[in-house]
Amino acid sequence: MIRLLFVLTLLPVLLAAPVLAVEPDEILANPALEARARAISKELRCVVCQNQSIDDSHAGIARDLRILVRERLVTGDSDAQVLDFIVARYGDYVLLDPPFKRATWALWIAPPLMIGAIVALIVVFLRGWQTHLAAGKEIEPLSPTDRAELDALVERVARDTPPPPPRSAFRAEFEQPRSPPGGTIDDNQAPA
Amino acid sequence: MRRLILIAPVALFAGLIAVMAWLLLGAEGGQRDASTIPSALIGKPAPDFDLPPVNGNIPGGFATADLKGRPTIVNVFASWCVPCLAEHPLIARLAEEGHAVYGLNHKDQPEAAAKWLARHGNPYTAVGADIDGRASIEWGVTGVPETFIIDAKGIVRFKYAGPLTPNLIARKLMPVLEEVSR
Repeated sequence: MIRLLFVLTLLPVLLAAPVLAVEPDEILANPALEARARAISKELRCVVCQNQSIDDSHAGIARDLRILVRERLVTGDSDAQVLDFIVARYGDYVLLDPPFKRATWALWIAPPLMIGAIVALIVVFLRGWQTHLAAGKEIEPLSPTDRAELDALVERVARDTPPPPPRSAFRAEFEQPRSPPGGTIDDNQAPA
Repeated sequence: MRRLILIAPVALFAGLIAVMAWLLLGAEGGQRDASTIPSALIGKPAPDFDLPPVNGNIPGGFATADLKGRPTIVNVFASWCVPCLAEHPLIARLAEEGHAVYGLNHKDQPEAAAKWLARHGNPYTAVGADIDGRASIEWGVTGVPETFIIDAKGIVRFKYAGPLTPNLIARKLMPVLEEVSR
């Protein structure tokens, strides 16, 4: 019973179609033109909502622009002509996919350039590390003169270092592990 | 060379921060607003349009040809637009100072527009009724109110989207108006 109720509650959610901003009176009778209109609308930014396409937006101006797009398609404009018509009035800003030109080159070039720079840095770093590791494996043995000098140095340091003082009995006593007399004391236990 | 490579990312990042700080705080004294949309019409001739009057009592209708021969201001407004009402006294003052201000009545009902103008005063040289909003699209209007300055040759020189304020008129509109009036 509960399962049935659950299914019945979910049913409308599953059956619901996505809510369209495009209103029925806007839709063209010719399905091919309508499909082109939808595709164009998805490329155009709604100028009041800014991060929605006019195809998704319920704003008044988005609706006006959708109708304009359809009117121009009906009069025989190509997709590019329709886009150009709107760009001429609202600027490149209305295109959700901005074109590559003088004003926008930095926008397009910066991300690949940065990724390239990062990859280059990683490669250079890894290479340097590898040569460093490789170099470490081939340690040259000391020459006899170096060896003699090193031995002499070690001997001198050993000779010059004063012998450690004799170990104190106190130290010996305190450094030995002891157990406290009379059992353990629990610090966490509050006095009664 | 190695040191250069180690410094490069830090330098790059510092540069990026500097550019962002400059855009955010410098340049225009923090006045830069990312949500303002640049107009595609600046430096181009005013678009082709021909608007009828709102009704018989209100002087108007105007078309592209009316915006030639002297500098003009085109103000996009609607009776349903509250910020338009807020800036309306300033539009009246601009008209009093001798500027030709044309009113583009955006997607309004003629009766409502006529009533609004009767109630709050009609400072406009002429008012054109853009009932379907098509002329507004020609002007690249994104919302109401919007204000354009057109020079004597009919070239669009300035656009502001949003309600005007005295400060804005003094700082932004006046320099352009003085230049085109010369």
